[in-house]
Amino acid sequence: MIKVTIDDVEIEVAPGTTILNAARQAGGDLVPPAMCYYSKLPGTGGKCRTCLVEVAAGSTADPRPMPKLVASCSTPVMDGMIVKNKTSERVHTNRGGVVEFLLVNHPLDCPICDQAGECHLQDLGYEHGSAKTRYREERRTFSPIDIGNKIKLHMNRCILCYRCVAVANQLTEKRVHGVLHRGEHAEISTYIENAIDNDFSGNMIDVCPVGALTDKTFRFKSRVWFLKPYEAECACDKCSGKAVVWMFGNEIFRVTARKDKYGEVETIEDKTAWICNDCRFDKKDPSKWNLIGPRKIDRHSVISQGKYATKNDNNPKLLS
Amino acid sequence: MARKLLIEHADVQGIASYDVYRKHGGYASVEKALKTMSPDEVVEEVKKSGLRGRGGAGFPTGMKWSFLAKPEGVERHLVCNADESEPGTFKDRYLMEKLPHLLIEGMITSSYALGARRSYIYIRGEFMYVLRILEKAIAEAYANGMLGKNILGSGYDLDLVVTPGGGAYICGEETALLESLEGKRGNPRMKPPFPAVKGLWGNPTVVNNVESIAAVVPIVNEGGDAYAKIGIERSTGTKLISASGNLVRPGVYEIELGLSVEEFIYGDDYCRGIANGKKLKACIPGGSSVPILPHYLVTKTAAGTDRLMTYESLADGGFASGSMLGSGGFIVFDEDQCIVRNTWNFARFYAHESCGQCSPCREGTGWMEKVLYRLEHGTGTLEDISLLEEINKKIEGNTICPLGDAAAWPVAAAIRHFRDEFEWHVKSPQEAQSRNYGLIQAPLEA
Repeated sequence: MIKVTIDDVEIEVAPGTTILNAARQAGGDLVPPAMCYYSKLPGTGGKCRTCLVEVAAGSTADPRPMPKLVASCSTPVMDGMIVKNKTSERVHTNRGGVVEFLLVNHPLDCPICDQAGECHLQDLGYEHGSAKTRYREERRTFSPIDIGNKIKLHMNRCILCYRCVAVANQLTEKRVHGVLHRGEHAEISTYIENAIDNDFSGNMIDVCPVGALTDKTFRFKSRVWFLKPYEAECACDKCSGKAVVWMFGNEIFRVTARKDKYGEVETIEDKTAWICNDCRFDKKDPSKWNLIGPRKIDRHSVISQGKYATKNDNNPKLLS
Repeated sequence: MARKLLIEHADVQGIASYDVYRKHGGYASVEKALKTMSPDEVVEEVKKSGLRGRGGAGFPTGMKWSFLAKPEGVERHLVCNADESEPGTFKDRYLMEKLPHLLIEGMITSSYALGARRSYIYIRGEFMYVLRILEKAIAEAYANGMLGKNILGSGYDLDLVVTPGGGAYICGEETALLESLEGKRGNPRMKPPFPAVKGLWGNPTVVNNVESIAAVVPIVNEGGDAYAKIGIERSTGTKLISASGNLVRPGVYEIELGLSVEEFIYGDDYCRGIANGKKLKACIPGGSSVPILPHYLVTKTAAGTDRLMTYESLADGGFASGSMLGSGGFIVFDEDQCIVRNTWNFARFYAHESCGQCSPCREGTGWMEKVLYRLEHGTGTLEDISLLEEINKKIEGNTICPLGDAAAWPVAAAIRHFRDEFEWHVKSPQEAQSRNYGLIQAPLEA
């Protein structure tokens, strides 16, 4: 085990751990935000640059500070490393800069975006964004396209985190979508209007940090904070069947995987609980699900507003 | 005129063919290295020579070679970076076009030193005709036993493959180059792991510029110590400079490092001064990504000493009053040239060539280009200038690969040294536009 200090908190982690994961082990508000890194998908990270941290001392052996801010999601910790995240002014300004860059081409359509309420970019903008934009030019625009029969792609909202590319690479047999073009013109698309047709493609919606990939069975049906999330499971021969169903009254509006506080799909019984498209898109009948209980939502989240106020709500059996 | 180590025979008739090249002392370094030296001795000579990478960063080549991991039973690769696409740099193309066998000779000797059995030349897609020249030369080298199995009876085997890229500037970044060579999208990789540990197909790999590899030939022929005698301090040997812009005689020159900048611009052996009797306004000494220098800092440093063509002297004064030798793309501007237009032109290039992988570079380069477009076309405001500086600071150092820095530096330097010109564009846009010949000046009268 090696010792590392993050924002004056000393923790011990296994060698080879990245700074971000070390911070997550420590928990609390010293965890840098991450828009592209996804711990369940190897090879992701390093692209969004929101997780930049300052390394004030490289290690005990070589205590020199690192000249540049480093991406905490892909920099392994060294013994005696001193990392500054919240306590560094430099990190704060530069992260603000990155958020500004991310918002340069991001539309302000939160009022009609399905991701609103559980959007990482919203959180980030709330924390680091400025109230006004300095960008006077026209934003890049694309028309929404159907990227699969149940998935809608709003390229305008995409921040090019490459997470969905990693999902397609690692969960499905053959990837048919990817990033086309370069620079500002880069876009996620299928190659020549191919459709993504795969049992696990729906997980792209879960990993998307913004509202670029949305569930066509749920689009514009309801705001997420009007729905009540319940942990549920079903017998499925394709996936674990462990999911969260989002209900309004007795109706299931949407099904997602169980996500932790970093927005990542949870590990259940040593397996990442990805869910298949059948569970996600087709099982909207409450009788097909065994409701376990209300899903715990962080009390700061807008989703937890006005939830579980009545006694009956705590007893899911009464619902069915 | 100074000694030429690389392009001495460039103008010999038929030098691109194996026989003529051999007649002029070609492939001597291969014979010397393979027959009389061990691979480690070759690396040692390169270390002694003090050769620094000619691609732009100036990292010592010998040191780079010694970092190469050598695990048992794992193949190693040498990759030659011939993806020369920096605006203002055209030395590698000249070298490959004129002396293809020099590069092949350097590749054989270097591959032998590194223990590579399969080496690659990754050439820019636009250089298709150069690719043909190289392929012909490689076929000749195979036919004459310089490549293939058991080269010169030494028991050393080497295959050399030349592969074209798709013509992306980003593929000149070494990890993006490796991705592209593997057939993937040319996005730079996260470092670490460095290519010396995990490069092409996960094998330890060294990526070197064309000129660096070519320079190995004279180093092996004459010994590292003799090579180190040329030049000043840590800038040893000769360097190809591609001079362009408003010069009487632009072109590719091989100079001994340590030549004064004044001599290079005005000397009879070199560029012979500014064209049409105009005055020098500014100079970019190392390709488009290095900071621009105003006329009063070109030949003298801020401290008042003569500026020399060395890595150290050109960087003297840091970014406040210095620049970099970079890849040696020496661009000269006369008094008529518009710095704002030129900066916009470079910003447009970087916005076009950004791979779009990490957000500061993807969004920042495009944003800078748009703001500069406004300034140049008379609709900018004074706040735009400070906005540019702000964007700059947020890109620099926050990106995966150096393209973000390369996009930010020229803009930062142009504002630093030519702020009044930017302000003039804002305050009197019509005047600025009417005077603006920019980069497309055509002669008014024949």
